[in-house]
Amino acid sequence: MATQDVTAGAQPEALRLRAERRRWGEDLIKGLLALCAVVSVLTTIGIIIALVVPSIEFFREVSVVDFFSGDRWAPLFKPASFGVQPLLVGTLVVTFWACVVCLPCGLGAAIYMSEYARPRARNILKPALETLAGIPTVVLGFFALTFVTPQLQRIGLDVGVFNVLSAGLAVGVLLIPVVASVSEDAMAAVPQDLRAGAYALGSTRLQVSTRIVVPAAISGIIASFVLAISRAIGETMIVLIAAGGIAQIAFDPRDQAQTMTAFIGATGIGDVPTGSIEYKTIFAVGLTLFVITFVMNMISIRLVRKYREIYE
Amino acid sequence: MSVPEALGRRSQGDRVRGTAFYVLLLVSVTIGFLLLGVLLVDVFRKGIGYVDLTLLNEPNSSDPNKAGAGPAIRGTIYMMILLLVFVVPIGVGTALYLEEYANRERWYNRLLEINIQNLAAVPSIVYGILGLAFLVRGIGLGQVLLAGALILTLLVLPTVIVASREAIRAVPDSIRQGAYALGATQWQVVWRQVLPAAIPGIATGSILALARAIGETAPLLLVGALTYVAVNPTLLGSFTALPVQIYQWIARPQEEFRILAAAGIIVLLAILLTMNAFAIWLRNHYQRRW
Repeated sequence: MATQDVTAGAQPEALRLRAERRRWGEDLIKGLLALCAVVSVLTTIGIIIALVVPSIEFFREVSVVDFFSGDRWAPLFKPASFGVQPLLVGTLVVTFWACVVCLPCGLGAAIYMSEYARPRARNILKPALETLAGIPTVVLGFFALTFVTPQLQRIGLDVGVFNVLSAGLAVGVLLIPVVASVSEDAMAAVPQDLRAGAYALGSTRLQVSTRIVVPAAISGIIASFVLAISRAIGETMIVLIAAGGIAQIAFDPRDQAQTMTAFIGATGIGDVPTGSIEYKTIFAVGLTLFVITFVMNMISIRLVRKYREIYE
Repeated sequence: MSVPEALGRRSQGDRVRGTAFYVLLLVSVTIGFLLLGVLLVDVFRKGIGYVDLTLLNEPNSSDPNKAGAGPAIRGTIYMMILLLVFVVPIGVGTALYLEEYANRERWYNRLLEINIQNLAAVPSIVYGILGLAFLVRGIGLGQVLLAGALILTLLVLPTVIVASREAIRAVPDSIRQGAYALGATQWQVVWRQVLPAAIPGIATGSILALARAIGETAPLLLVGALTYVAVNPTLLGSFTALPVQIYQWIARPQEEFRILAAAGIIVLLAILLTMNAFAIWLRNHYQRRW
């Protein structure tokens, strides 16, 4: 009994690990660091305010129904017409051709790096892909305009000087590393046991890759696809340089077209008077672009969390 | 006991399919690099003749033989310095907060993480719109170098945060525990143990992010970088940047300006590839594995 009393009395004394007084300096530092974190929150709030406020003014003058159902985009003509469909179609076609390049190539590169490459090859490939991802888009735009388009013409495709096809293909090249790195992360998270089990049952490398690793990493792979599509929708310079500047509903990739981003870029270059309807179109189109990419980013983030929850 | 004949040997079909798949994978890995190689050769062949002192020093001109990208190159370098000063402290500060201080269970910290992930994927032109609405027109800063640098800061902040967090997370907990056991306060642990150990990773990530920012064109177009600048850019003066200058030349119909654009691209790529190579070297030589 006596010993018990002693320990009961001594324990709080001995285990008092907390600081005896509050350290204000430490609190101040935590506050300063939190303040740094607030910058990114303010950025998001800033983007939303910057887009929504002028857009509300825009939609006072142009009805939302006309904006989304109209098939003629001519904000600078008289009479002006604000149907956003041509820009949406242009964006869609560019994104489609970008996906034709980046989804299979990115996935193939990811499978190669995760399942086939030796560690040494991987150590070279990863930074090389980072470098590819770091090529400025203005350079790829130049490449699309002065190299890809002439090559397409040479192989007998009847493409114009400005065409959606070469822009889309160049965007696709830009996005191969995006698909490859996010997919490869997901494949790396697949437990080694699953592979070992399949090999023990006599599977070939092809079977392990396509029937074990890809299905097991599927949420991460889809996340990489969604992210790439979102990036393709938001890509500006390549499209601005190589796809031309005519807003028209054209599904034929040999024609020229304008995307949402290219419109914003082309209009924003000029010194547009603040408060004019022309100025406000930048924000209305920008808001549309932001909402589309925001939804896709959220889907992608969710999917990545899903495989992390399962495997990590 | 003899092993059955079928065991240990692949069927013909399996081998053919396996090889075909392997070839397909090799093609998808190499196609990007192949194009990168073609791009480099193509640009080099077109533009190398125009890479000279005129290009590096002189301002733009309507005569392609006299036109240079001097103010644009200096504008890019000034922005690089400003970016470094703005983005590294804020980015590392945020990363330290999230990794060392924030309680992951709290909703606002989870929201903060999702917010940063989303910001990393927001189209760069949207940042341009933010700059146009708030910096250039909103607070009346005008189309100045500082506005461009601030917009690029916000643009690459998420990248720096993510890279710094990874570097900080790679520092093993035993180092922190050891320092705490010797009576260090939390900030002493962070400042004297965690940060020094994480610096190579942070530096690599920051340089890669900086290289990305330097190549950005779209957001700068919206804050008014597409303009003629004859003299050295100043903090609160009108400015242009190398990628913007390149775009301006590409947009001209004359063939000579296309060649000039190729020359500008050679300079831009030389800067970026040097930065990339330096970052990779830094990672390979200084990053410790625990």
